[in-house]
Amino acid sequence: MADLTTDFLGIKSPNPFWLASAPPTDKEYNVRRAFEAGWGGVVWKTLGSEGPPVVNVNGPRYGAIWGADRRLLGLNNIELITDRPLETNLEEIARVKADYPDRAMIVSLMVPCDEDSWKAILPRVAETGADGIELNFGCPHGMSERGMGAAVGQVPEYVEMVTRWCKTYYDKPVIVKLTPNIADIRGPARAAKNGGADAVSLINTINSITAVNLDSMSPEPMIDGRGTHGGYCGPAVKPIALNMVAEIARDPATRGLPISGIGGVTTWRDAAEFMALGAGNVQVCTAAMTYGFKIVQEMISGLSQWMDEKGYASTGDIVGRAVPNVTDWQYLNLNHITKARINQDLCIKCGRCYAACEDTSHQAISMSPDRVFEVMDDECVACNLCVNVCPVDDCITMEVLQPGQVDERTGKVVEEAYANWTTHPNNPMAKAAE
Amino acid sequence: MTAPQRSDGVMPGRLGPAILEQNFRDAYPPLNPHEATVAADRCYFCHDAPCITACPTEIDIPLFIRQIATGTPKAAARTILSQNILGGMCARVCPTETLCEQACVREAAEGKPVEIGQLQRFATDQLMATGAHPFQRAAPTGKTIAVVGAGPAGLACAHRLAMHGHDVVIFEAKPKGGGLNEYGIAAYKSTEDFAQRELDWLLQIGGIDIRHGQRLGVAISLPALQTEYDAVFLGMGLGGVNALGVPGEDKDHAEDAVAFISDLRQADDLAALPIGRRVVVIGGGMTAIDAGVQAKLLGAEDVTIVYRRGKEAMSASDHEQDHAQRKGVRLIYNAAPVGIEGNGRLTGVTFAYTETRDGKLVVTDDTFTLPADQVFKAIGQTLEGVPDGLKLDGRKIAVSGAGATSLDGVWAGGDCAAGGDDLTVTAVAEGRDAADDIHRSLMG
Ligand SMILES: Cc1cc2nc3c(=O)[nH]c(=O)nc-3n(C[C@H](O)[C@H](O)[C@H](O)COP(=O)(O)OP(=O)(O)OC[C@H]3O[C@@H](n4cnc5c(N)ncnc54)[C@H](O)[C@@H]3O)c2cc1C
Ligand SMILES: Cc1cc2nc3c(=O)[nH]c(=O)nc-3n(C[C@H](O)[C@H](O)[C@H](O)COP(=O)(O)O)c2cc1C
Ligand code: SF4
Repeated sequence: MADLTTDFLGIKSPNPFWLASAPPTDKEYNVRRAFEAGWGGVVWKTLGSEGPPVVNVNGPRYGAIWGADRRLLGLNNIELITDRPLETNLEEIARVKADYPDRAMIVSLMVPCDEDSWKAILPRVAETGADGIELNFGCPHGMSERGMGAAVGQVPEYVEMVTRWCKTYYDKPVIVKLTPNIADIRGPARAAKNGGADAVSLINTINSITAVNLDSMSPEPMIDGRGTHGGYCGPAVKPIALNMVAEIARDPATRGLPISGIGGVTTWRDAAEFMALGAGNVQVCTAAMTYGFKIVQEMISGLSQWMDEKGYASTGDIVGRAVPNVTDWQYLNLNHITKARINQDLCIKCGRCYAACEDTSHQAISMSPDRVFEVMDDECVACNLCVNVCPVDDCITMEVLQPGQVDERTGKVVEEAYANWTTHPNNPMAKAAE
Repeated sequence: MTAPQRSDGVMPGRLGPAILEQNFRDAYPPLNPHEATVAADRCYFCHDAPCITACPTEIDIPLFIRQIATGTPKAAARTILSQNILGGMCARVCPTETLCEQACVREAAEGKPVEIGQLQRFATDQLMATGAHPFQRAAPTGKTIAVVGAGPAGLACAHRLAMHGHDVVIFEAKPKGGGLNEYGIAAYKSTEDFAQRELDWLLQIGGIDIRHGQRLGVAISLPALQTEYDAVFLGMGLGGVNALGVPGEDKDHAEDAVAFISDLRQADDLAALPIGRRVVVIGGGMTAIDAGVQAKLLGAEDVTIVYRRGKEAMSASDHEQDHAQRKGVRLIYNAAPVGIEGNGRLTGVTFAYTETRDGKLVVTDDTFTLPADQVFKAIGQTLEGVPDGLKLDGRKIAVSGAGATSLDGVWAGGDCAAGGDDLTVTAVAEGRDAADDIHRSLMG
């Protein structure tokens, strides 16, 4: 059996599945139940400074995007940080940590961007016995207008500064949670590292309007006829999160900086993908909010079965394995030539590949009067669109042409050697191959 | 006293009103909005979709399903109705398993087609619930066309003609319009007086005058219609029934299945309809199935449908045969009636097993007798009272192109015309296409 235990920044947990800072981790009641259900750790719902807590709207907080059968694909929220008193949260954190010493307990924090505020809260957190803190530099709404959350996360200098304060006044691991609402994620990641962060976690939610109510002409979720942008999360954001994780993992300036992967993790497979791209563990919010805490059982059994099948003994074996294969476009092998192949036995003759290729691609699929669809190798550019629109698993696949074969589209013989854009004759900046 | 179900003979009241009400409800209840969304999402929006070709009226099925999926069922209904004005009835009665749903690529992929019929019903029900009629007439042309028969063919023809701006007079023999939609379709396929509601909705287009009690050949004649009107469309269906040609056929309770169904469809009180304890239905089409199933639903204890050929040859689809069996009807294949038994009162039917020899169906000496107190004959309908001068093709009116008959200015479509299956949807397609052809020929 694969060993799912993880050691993230010295914080041990029985599995890499943590609950992200959000409603699932908002209070003792939830977190105890989450631990009973098997979650490896939690990042407690973000705490603010001492004093009257923030208030949330009293109308809907969520908007959503659905797929077939109302499957939730994307969720958007306009919730703020915890609206419960600091004292209550701290007492609960201490109690739960004491009862679950083997689980990771991270406290998420967001206080005003001045040294005193951080200096004041950090010792209070340390007293709870929590394993570390996560700095919420990501919340895109409500808090950023007050100079916190994303307002900090979008300015690398602030990220670095606040991280440094935390490293000064707190002696356990500091994780910096990054906002995706920025053009280049590497800036704040480098800043976090420079400030001394032990790890980054990402992504927080993405600025979004999920829908417009066409009766009231208001964005959703609508509060009394008006709406505001919220933070987007759930399965829809995973591709964006994966890319950002990979960018940080392969950036020479941050390479090796531990990453906690967040954003649309819904199944064991999503988790494995984040980890392959360099995440030491993952955090989950929307999937738990959609299906309840029990989904962690599938994540545990799925990851463990896959690791066994692949012969990976421990989670350390998979972390970062795919990173070396993430490259820039100009280094992709232009001599790797493929052609679409339609398996006639599997084909159900829907013609979607035909419509896609004929109307929007390269007119490389023929259609006979009796609905036989075939790829014309002399037109196929191997774009993969037909594979993506085909409703049948594995019906259309891409066949790799072997060196020596002729690419009927170009009439050229496939070469064995790797060759990329940097040396291509059409590239005005091409360097002569050495 | 014997329980009503177990009393011999043909008698009313075998089942109580509550059970009858339940038995004659919608056999396939409509989809609710959520079910419709889920069902619609299964459509792959195929290129040049095979289901469209398989529909005799060529409804753009992927388009209307996408319109449902995107929350615009009324637009979906318009897509349907613009091709098939009786799309509501067709959604209920079409043997989709041999038409659009058979062609659905998901049938090939997983043996479970998209529920096209049910989705069509969902869309058309939504639109019809508004009471509004979605189409308008073109500017008046000053032409008037005579249509004979207010069945699916006649109505589809009349509606399309009205849309083109012509006036239409429908001559209908019966007191109600709708043809077999009103008098023939199984009660559990068309509940809550749907045929009349759909008819009223259709007539909202305007310009269609239905005259009842006007039987061609009795109250009116074809030559008179030809002189008085700019064109004539014949859509009188098949009024006659085939006889068995076996001894005993004239006994009481050896009845025509279509008449039985018609009585049932027109009954105000199903409990008052007499039905046998043991019922035998002879035939292999939809009429046989519907008569058998409805006899069972009325409370017959024992119902057997006997068909002279094999299961595959039966014109009722597998789906319909299964439906009958699920309702407790027994099906016997490869047996033909040789005599109706009983000394006075009908007591049974004797059948002989059949075989195919040299491609010909022959009756063997191997016989059996099914006890029965009521027999329904469902061995096909025939064309009655063909006006003089019309060429026939087999036993139906010969047509060419879009329903042109051998007489100038006379078109025909639906069951009375040769070619095409005897289905509601085919009748609609033929009526519609004849209307377009009439329009072309009148307007030059
Ligand atoms: C019992 C039964 C069940 C069926 N079930 C189904 C089913 O489930 N699905 C399906 O698709 N099809 C079914 N069919 C077939 C379908 O009903 C017919 O194919 C369809 O109704 C044909 O339409 P039509 O307009 O040609 O004829 P009809 O519906 O027969 O309409 C003809 C009209 O003309 C009138 N008429 C007849 N003679 C004259 C005359 N001389 N003068 C004036 N008016 C006249 C009639 O009163 C009638 O109103 C069934 C048929 C039967 C008998
Ligand atoms: C309702 C809601 C409230 C959230 N509140 C916080 C928060 O207080 N602090 C924080 O760091 N992230 C917060 N998040 C962001 C999540 O922790 C997480 O980063 C994001 O939802 C992406 O992960 P997911 O796709 O698994 O949901 C919140 C998310 C949701 C849906
Ligand atoms: S890979 Fe692209 S170009 Fe080739 S057949 Fe498929 S859709 Fe057409």
